[in-house]
Amino acid sequence: MNLAALMDCLTSTSCLVTQTTSALIIGMLLFLVAAGLTLIFGVLKVVNFTHGSFYMMGAYLALTVNNLTDSYFLAVVAAAAGVGLFALVFERFFMSKVYGSNVLMQLLVCYAFILILDDAVKIIWGPEFKSMGMATAFQKPPLFIAGGIVPVFYLFLIVVTLIISVALWLIITRTKFGTIVRAAAVNPSMVSALGINTGLVYSGVFVLGGALAGLAGGLAAPVRSLTAGMGFSILIESFIVTVIGGMGSIAGALIGSVLIGLVRAFGTIGFPLFVEGLMFLLMAVILILKPSGLLGKEG
Amino acid sequence: MYATRPTLARDLAIAAAALVILLLLPYVWPSRMVNDLVIRVSAFALFATSLNLLVGYTGMVSFGHGMFFGFGAYAFGLSMQKLGTSIPTAFVITIVTSACLGLVVGAISIRLKDIYFSFITLAFQMLLYSLIIAWVPLTGGDQGLMGGIPRPPFWGVDLSQESHRYVCAVTLLVIGLLILRQIVESPFGYTLRMIRDNTERASFLGINVFRAKLTAFVIAGIFGSIGGMVMALFVSGAYPEFVNWTMSGEGIFMIMLGGLSTFIGPAAGALILSLLNDVITRGTEHHGLVLGGVILLFALGLRKGVTDFIADWFRQRREAASRSGS
Repeated sequence: MNLAALMDCLTSTSCLVTQTTSALIIGMLLFLVAAGLTLIFGVLKVVNFTHGSFYMMGAYLALTVNNLTDSYFLAVVAAAAGVGLFALVFERFFMSKVYGSNVLMQLLVCYAFILILDDAVKIIWGPEFKSMGMATAFQKPPLFIAGGIVPVFYLFLIVVTLIISVALWLIITRTKFGTIVRAAAVNPSMVSALGINTGLVYSGVFVLGGALAGLAGGLAAPVRSLTAGMGFSILIESFIVTVIGGMGSIAGALIGSVLIGLVRAFGTIGFPLFVEGLMFLLMAVILILKPSGLLGKEG
Repeated sequence: MYATRPTLARDLAIAAAALVILLLLPYVWPSRMVNDLVIRVSAFALFATSLNLLVGYTGMVSFGHGMFFGFGAYAFGLSMQKLGTSIPTAFVITIVTSACLGLVVGAISIRLKDIYFSFITLAFQMLLYSLIIAWVPLTGGDQGLMGGIPRPPFWGVDLSQESHRYVCAVTLLVIGLLILRQIVESPFGYTLRMIRDNTERASFLGINVFRAKLTAFVIAGIFGSIGGMVMALFVSGAYPEFVNWTMSGEGIFMIMLGGLSTFIGPAAGALILSLLNDVITRGTEHHGLVLGGVILLFALGLRKGVTDFIADWFRQRREAASRSGS
């Protein structure tokens, strides 16, 4: 524990700026993953434990495409599209077979895929830590904002994730697809009775969620070290985020992500060894105070 | 469905027979490997059966049962190392402390419904995991409890000897399962089944659902930690992996593999998964790939535990017999 360092940081603007930007990128990347997770849960009532592995796949896909083409833009697009496609296969051929059965069967199918994908990554890319390095387009000197050092790429990340969040919000609230998705979350049999193919909606939601996770992986690749276990840690964090925000609530996921980002960024200074513990503590406290999460529906 | 309620006498007879068979096994098949496997399976069987008291009998899907397994191992190891107590005293200390842990975690978690209950139990488990990783001076951090757990002889039992350890593990297993069996077949056990099937009705009938669930949670925690103690004695240490989420994941897979509708299912699942893990580890480097494939085959193909199939087969035979009789 190092409370003095934490106090020092909280009283110095440069440290405050650096840590807050770092909190924002942690939070926004987490939001992309958690939004997909909470969307899938909201509509399908399925907890997709493989969501972290989707993120991992996105990161590794981006690494390969970036090395091959030297275009970071292509790499991120490939990550989102590739993982979206994988999510489609995963949903159609595996998850859809266990929608009717109990939550434990769904958990097992996901558990199997976590094990398989982690091993597949080790076989294809090797067991050691990989790092992509900063994309060529962003190899520029960092900016100084109020004395704090902010790499250009961080600003890019924050802007891109904000644009995607707004786009997601527009898709869910303003498009026909979004309306159907929201209806299917409340009453799937009525949606089906109105002549809409709910199976297709479920696939669509899975693909959207998968693509978001893949995108997050691709965006995170330049600033994270890549390893086979990276999917699980982000999975646990997205669970915390969705539970804090309320399962099924995208706005809740946004609040939860930023909270977790702040805990991570400032917790690292005050309690270096207990950052994970702080997140679980936050989750436990919120669940005790509000059992369905901040923006979750009661019942 | 239950033609005759199993009686205590029958359970005692089965337990005694199982104990005799397990005790004779090393003489019939003297192999270090078999010995080790039986001890490990004893630990996991206690862990999985206690988890099934929650999942199968009460309908409380805990994702954090590994917390008790790991807590049992650490609490036992620490009382032996730091307090220098005898093994029976450490055993009692661990049971009492895990009951307290179960009481606190349960009282908070049980208020939450369905998936939220699952997640908060997982959160508590990972909280304990982070504590163990962070509190290096006490727990040794990610290296695990270092220096081994002392095993002073007690009551003529010397657990530093492999054969004594074996006898101790299988005795704990059989007694533990016998007690759990009596609990699930008692009126309290049937109350839990009613809560699982229709919580509202149970509370209309004047049952204090919260108290019943909490009792089940504490009992499951105690037996889960006994499993952890058996494991700690076996490896002479405690490691963070015991508290990690994979422990809970494996526990759930054991239950599903063996079958959650029979009492012995989870124990059978513990045996099958341990064998499977051994075979896979020996046969291939790609442990995750193969185990994942097996789990997928199970979840999408079999869809039922091994003992469920056996139970179904017996039921069909009985029905066929009664049809031809009438």
